[in-house]
Amino acid sequence: MTGLPPKIVREIEEYAERKKLSEQKRQKIMETARELYSKSLYDAEEPVGVVAAQSLSEPATQMTMRTYHFAGTAGIQVTLGLPRLLEIFDARKEPKTPTMTIRLEKDYQDIEKVRKIAEQIREVKAKDAILSTVVDLTDLFIRCRLNFEKLEELGIPREKAHKIIKLRNVETSLEGDELVVKPKNADLKTIHKFKYSVLESHIKGIKGISQVVVTKEGDEWIITTLGSNLAKVFAIEGVDYTRTVSNNIFEIYDVLGVEAARNAIMNQSKYTIEEQGLGIDIRYIMLLADLMTVDGEIKAIGRYGISGQKASVLVRASFEETKKHLVGASVRGEKDELRGTIENIMMNQVAPIGTGAFELVGRIPELAGQKASGEKKTKKKAGTASAAKKGKTKTKSESGKKAGENKK
Amino acid sequence: MNGKRTRKEVQKPREASVYLNGKLVARIKEPEKFVEAIRKKRRNNLISHEVNIAYFPEFEDVVINTVHGRARRPLVIVENGKSKFTQELKDKLASGKINWNYLIQQGIVEYLDAEEEENAYIALREEDITKDHTHVELDPVVILGISASLIPYMEYNRGDRINYGAKMVGQAIGIPMKNFLARTDTKYNAMVYPQLPLIQADISTIMDEYPGGQNIVIAVMCYDGYNMNDAIVLNKSSVDRGLFRSYYFRTYETVKKKYWGGQEDEIAIPEPGIRGHRGEDAYRELAEDGIINPETPVSSDSVLVGKTSPLRFLSGEDFATGIENKRETSMTVRYGESGIVDEVFITETTDAYQLLKIRIRDQRIPEIGDKLASRHGQKGIISLLVPQEDMPFTSDGVIPDLIFNPHAIPSRMTVGQLLELLAGKARALSGKDIDASAFNHMKEPEIRKLMKSLGFRDDGKQTLYDGRTGKKYEVMIFTGLSYYMKLDHMVADKIHARSRGPVTLLTRQPTEGRAKRGGLRLGEMEQQCLVGHGAALVLKERFDSDKTMIPICKKCGMMAIHDVVKNKSTCAHCKSTEVAWVETAYAFKLTLDEMMSMGVMTNLEVEEV
Ligand SMILES: [Zn+2]
Repeated sequence: MTGLPPKIVREIEEYAERKKLSEQKRQKIMETARELYSKSLYDAEEPVGVVAAQSLSEPATQMTMRTYHFAGTAGIQVTLGLPRLLEIFDARKEPKTPTMTIRLEKDYQDIEKVRKIAEQIREVKAKDAILSTVVDLTDLFIRCRLNFEKLEELGIPREKAHKIIKLRNVETSLEGDELVVKPKNADLKTIHKFKYSVLESHIKGIKGISQVVVTKEGDEWIITTLGSNLAKVFAIEGVDYTRTVSNNIFEIYDVLGVEAARNAIMNQSKYTIEEQGLGIDIRYIMLLADLMTVDGEIKAIGRYGISGQKASVLVRASFEETKKHLVGASVRGEKDELRGTIENIMMNQVAPIGTGAFELVGRIPELAGQKASGEKKTKKKAGTASAAKKGKTKTKSESGKKAGENKK
Repeated sequence: MNGKRTRKEVQKPREASVYLNGKLVARIKEPEKFVEAIRKKRRNNLISHEVNIAYFPEFEDVVINTVHGRARRPLVIVENGKSKFTQELKDKLASGKINWNYLIQQGIVEYLDAEEEENAYIALREEDITKDHTHVELDPVVILGISASLIPYMEYNRGDRINYGAKMVGQAIGIPMKNFLARTDTKYNAMVYPQLPLIQADISTIMDEYPGGQNIVIAVMCYDGYNMNDAIVLNKSSVDRGLFRSYYFRTYETVKKKYWGGQEDEIAIPEPGIRGHRGEDAYRELAEDGIINPETPVSSDSVLVGKTSPLRFLSGEDFATGIENKRETSMTVRYGESGIVDEVFITETTDAYQLLKIRIRDQRIPEIGDKLASRHGQKGIISLLVPQEDMPFTSDGVIPDLIFNPHAIPSRMTVGQLLELLAGKARALSGKDIDASAFNHMKEPEIRKLMKSLGFRDDGKQTLYDGRTGKKYEVMIFTGLSYYMKLDHMVADKIHARSRGPVTLLTRQPTEGRAKRGGLRLGEMEQQCLVGHGAALVLKERFDSDKTMIPICKKCGMMAIHDVVKNKSTCAHCKSTEVAWVETAYAFKLTLDEMMSMGVMTNLEVEEV
């Protein structure tokens, strides 16, 4: 019988101590727990992957039909539902709507302090302080009308206003109420492009964070943002970096490592599914997250991720980009060991899953006092022989193995 | 600065380009006045009423269209907040003193096309007219098309149900065309005793010559579990009396073709020895001329016309063995179909070939699995046929034809159906005409009043007794009459199973589809299900349909060639004769061949087990 995991043993013992149970009763509880635990374990060779895949994709198909949107609620419009789920499993480098949920330390639970931090985070671009622009095509410069009230709010005095444009190779000066931006090397073709780079230029805050919303969750103030930059936010004083999260999994991977990325995949997909009113056992998501992160980096489910990197040539070829995989395999002289399920289904062999994973081996010739015949088995047996085959052909039954080899 | 026009520019006298049927013809000033003048002339019958003119101020375009092919619709003209279609005119029209053309000539009604509609402000009803309106609808129902207008009490139903309902009316089996017995369309259905709806919208009388259903008595209740999930319990005795009975017609045709070199098809009973001869028995029903007689019962693969054609390709072997240069090309009944030969047509094509058309008729009595629907988007499948003695009955002895499950109502909100049931009951009991046109029909309180005056409960409920036990049902049951349709989805056309049968040439896997006696596909998801259960051997067995044995060279792993006559296998690649027989799917062997054609050499490492 399988032993119980230490955590459960500890819990039962703590319970027994608390309730002051007799040794007999404690033993009985332990026995029942052990029985239940062994019942809930997966059997050997049970295809957990397929079960997990089905358990995940069934609710996903439900989601295509109904993705709820919340219009007009305070907060930030985040991609949800199936698009978000695809984003996670496809391991997109940048989510469509990157967001952060920033929690603060105990000493900063004050609306004024929270606002101050929020202001520090929000990115202010030049266009926020510029009312209008005129492009002078003859002398190649840009004239901007400034919003001085806004600048004052940002703590930039009038005399320093011309310093807000922090671009290279640019001369700025203040002419009355207007800011004149003159690029050092520009021509008629590039001057319009230049106008946009001026408008988009960074003044203050954290780059990429375009919106900041302060809300209260219970007794705690939290800041949600549109745009994500964990590394910079962690550096801000007052931010509780142990409880601040982003939905950008790759950023988490870069800042905190794979383990954190695995947790992020789990939490994000669980949240997305549950937010739609659907439920999936966390173990399936765990399996998926583990698969995506086993080798230390985030791999997508799909052509360029897990499916594209499978060991079997046949399986890869049967999924997508058939020619690429077949030609590649022949160039490299790849060998397919036929250990997987799909390969064996393709060849109509008994797949090594469930009941097919086991073989009865009896050394009959040895038992009969004869020498064992046949070649040495160095590779895996790919299947058992069928009786019909033996009778019909009178040759020793074989099972196939396949390897692609380069020959032109 | 931002490119927007200033106030000044907008206020200067307007100009507009005039497009006649898409061509720029003029530039004019004061476009509004111009458009008004043309409209006035049209209304005074000075220019054709088919001319439409529209003005788009945002583009400064005046568009005039006179060409054919525009969809236009009639509207009553409103001037100074008053409809021009006065009560006086209405009376005159009703008494036949004036007609539709009069209304158009007098500028009371005009047709607008899509572009002129942009300039119109149309009121739905006369009561809604304000001084800004330019037109009023002839009747609110014109917002609907014909198929939606066929639904009684349409506005009481939810939008999607109207859609479904209108769609299903189109699938109803009724009278497809009046001369269907003289026609040879490939296939069509015709109902045996079609009826007009008891309750119908005014507009749907245009369908009166093509009825598509029957009026039946319905009890809204459960019958054990037999009508759960949209299933329908039908009265078997009603079916025996002809309820929802229909005929299915299918016409087979074949041409006696002439070929190059003076050869031609022969229509006769094929002689034994001809290629593809079906055996004497198969041609027993044919007359001497090789064509089947009318009123002969036929079933799947029965020969209708015996035909032989010359072989297209002559190989040397055929001459050598002396087999007659003919092959059998008889016309047979499709797989899965049967019936009685209805009529035989012998005629000619335009190319003067002999043309044979044989129409088969098959009586379709409602059976378990046939699809029925009301006009409110409520469809269901017959799940049980109950003899009338087991059906519930009222104290008057009325037995419903159909038991409809009440659970179909709340979520779908087809209130119109409930009204139809009540109105149908009232109409059948009183003989009074009850109109059910959308928006403008006899209202519910009136129907209730009518029911009361007939001595019935005004909510349509009645006490019912269980036919099996004779016991009174504890609750009153809503009963009424409704129009039901039999839809063109019958089990007889769909039922299919296969244990063995034809395979495709390329992959040796079973064919697809009922018409080809195909297998029922165990798809990707079903396969995953077996994998998920770990049933590896079941999985293998299920995909065994194309298994083959292939000889593999033990030395190099390529497919070897097996000589059946010498019973010897040799590898074409390395000349080795040591071969292992491997059991695998034929489709996999095909994959290996295809890979080889790509220039990829595939070696199978074999070992003994
Ligand atoms: Zn060989």
